[in-house]
Amino acid sequence: MTTPPVLAETPAEIHRPLSEPGSQSNSLQVWLLRLASALVIPAVLAIFFVTFEFLQREDQSKLLQVLVALVVGVGGVWVLYWAMDRAITAMPSRVAASVRPFAFAGPAMVLLGFYLVYPAVRTFILSLQNASGTEFVGLNNFVTIFTNRTYLISMRNSVIWVLVVPLLAVGIGLAFATLADKLGTKSEAAAKSLIFLPMAISFVGASVVWRFIYNFRPEGFGEQIGLLNAVWTAFGGEPVNWLQVPLWNNLFLMVILVWLQTGFAMVILSSAIKAVPEDMLEAARLDGANEWEVFRKIVVPTIASTLVVVWTTVIITTWKVFDIVFVMTGGGFDTSVVAERMVTEFFTFGNDGIGAALAVVLFLAVVPILVVNIKRFKEQEATR
Amino acid sequence: MTATATKPAVHGSTRDSGVAGSRVPAFLVVAFLAALWTVPSLGLLINSFRAPTDIRGSGWWSVFGNLFAEGAWTLSNYTTVLEEGFTNAFANTVAVTIPAVAIPVTVAAFAAYAFAWMEFPGRNLIFVTIVGLMVVPLQMALIPILRVYTSLELNGTYPAVWLAHAGFGLPLAVYLLRNYMGSLPGSLIESARIDGADHFTTFTRLIIPLSTPVIASLAIFQFLWVWNDFLVALVFLGFDPSNRVLTVELSDLAGRGEGALNLLPAAAFVTMILPLVVFFALQRFFVRGLTAGGVKG
Repeated sequence: MTTPPVLAETPAEIHRPLSEPGSQSNSLQVWLLRLASALVIPAVLAIFFVTFEFLQREDQSKLLQVLVALVVGVGGVWVLYWAMDRAITAMPSRVAASVRPFAFAGPAMVLLGFYLVYPAVRTFILSLQNASGTEFVGLNNFVTIFTNRTYLISMRNSVIWVLVVPLLAVGIGLAFATLADKLGTKSEAAAKSLIFLPMAISFVGASVVWRFIYNFRPEGFGEQIGLLNAVWTAFGGEPVNWLQVPLWNNLFLMVILVWLQTGFAMVILSSAIKAVPEDMLEAARLDGANEWEVFRKIVVPTIASTLVVVWTTVIITTWKVFDIVFVMTGGGFDTSVVAERMVTEFFTFGNDGIGAALAVVLFLAVVPILVVNIKRFKEQEATR
Repeated sequence: MTATATKPAVHGSTRDSGVAGSRVPAFLVVAFLAALWTVPSLGLLINSFRAPTDIRGSGWWSVFGNLFAEGAWTLSNYTTVLEEGFTNAFANTVAVTIPAVAIPVTVAAFAAYAFAWMEFPGRNLIFVTIVGLMVVPLQMALIPILRVYTSLELNGTYPAVWLAHAGFGLPLAVYLLRNYMGSLPGSLIESARIDGADHFTTFTRLIIPLSTPVIASLAIFQFLWVWNDFLVALVFLGFDPSNRVLTVELSDLAGRGEGALNLLPAAAFVTMILPLVVFFALQRFFVRGLTAGGVKG
């Protein structure tokens, strides 16, 4: 979700991983031990969970389930790592040094392999197959989604979402962080909490919140209980069913995500702004710069890398948005987006091929961000 | 040795006195935005305590005319939703969330230490791959995993969801923790080594305590993410009433249309209460974790 922005401020202390004698021994045996040590913890966890599947049975009390969950989830994993480490220490020290990193990093690699890498590859294959996955159909699914109006609408909407939501969330977040920074400590903290609060709310919960903003009653069917229509009719407008107005309804849905994401952008940007050295700002002011110039020429360039991180994070969140559309309109009235369309294809229509193709589109679109991410990370590495 | 996890001290009196004149417009804009951001949830909160017929009959703002009218306030919406499945959904959500936070944070912490302070073949390549995996949409993983789960009969069980959340949460967790741990000074780890500490001891006694702020903020992020998740729970736990987590239960209620309209505000607050409490109780810690300055010098 985010990088602690102060990383940019970390003194550029050169360090290398601590080399140990023998940490580069690469014989087949060592590799087998490495593989085994990476697999042990995930395997023990999986076996435990499958064996103790009784936990799921309904006659077991919820409390017991929660307790076991707590013990295993919190303590068990630590014990496993500790036991693994003891086992490795018992090996000859040269071997131990080359195997140990895989006991530390291996479980994460195995989990990632199973939960992200394998499924991603599988999804690519599925996207080239028919609805039930029995036959290869080449690029037909992609041809369908790039020619059929239903899918084109979803893609158009997703593109609009990705352009609009980050712009508003980061823009408002930045403005808010900058202005709140000028207030007293207490009022700043209070105001920030209020903007930040929606971050604690689920997309589904937020959709319910905003139902009472967008609620619509046709004229003659009672008072407007939606805030927007109440305000609108108070100014003499006819009641509008906001979520069914073509194109605009997308914007009304986007507002919900902006409401949710601004706090995130604001908090990260606020801490970056506070890390701007005071003497730089003072020097600029002494040179006669006004507050706007200080903001534009000192603050913004200094926090540029944080801005990029926040922007891309919000882009990715926006690109994958599903819940809001699913709950508010179910994708109707031309509000469908790619991620929502994909779930509908999979689960409502059982159309695995098309669904997988949409997932691939979701993925391919973020590849540039992925490349930038990696590049940025490598630059960070080079300077640390 | 403690992490200097406080706000930089640059925001003292200098700035306040220097630009006192620009505070009023700033205050107005900030207050306006804060109000704008609060009104939607405030309206929902007020609605949740109104009589069912009132919720359907008039907007929540009409209470300001008669705050103390007889029968204006009621808890009946809350008792109804708690009787209608939300108690069960709450328990399910707790059972899903705790391990789904603890497992990935632990696994990520060990991995992050290895990526930051151990040497092994492929270290950088693997880490860069993990950085890349951060952007892989969750949607890419759903169907293949669902198929594996179905064949193992793991679908609809808690561990299925725990591990799925662990897998999906790992890239960010590893990335964040590795960056933080990597920014700790090498001299610290070196001196621990000279004192005879092995990697495990260095990790548990030195690195983990020093990383508390970032671990805490990560845990809060993961908690909010899992608690508020809808898609993963829907796919792997399912729509079966006994299995539903809060978000699934709420979306079901929302799908019932006008008939359930009066229950929605109370139900929504039942789903939000714990995240809001955690959020307010730990907010300072959370923000501090994000802004923690690490060990200077």
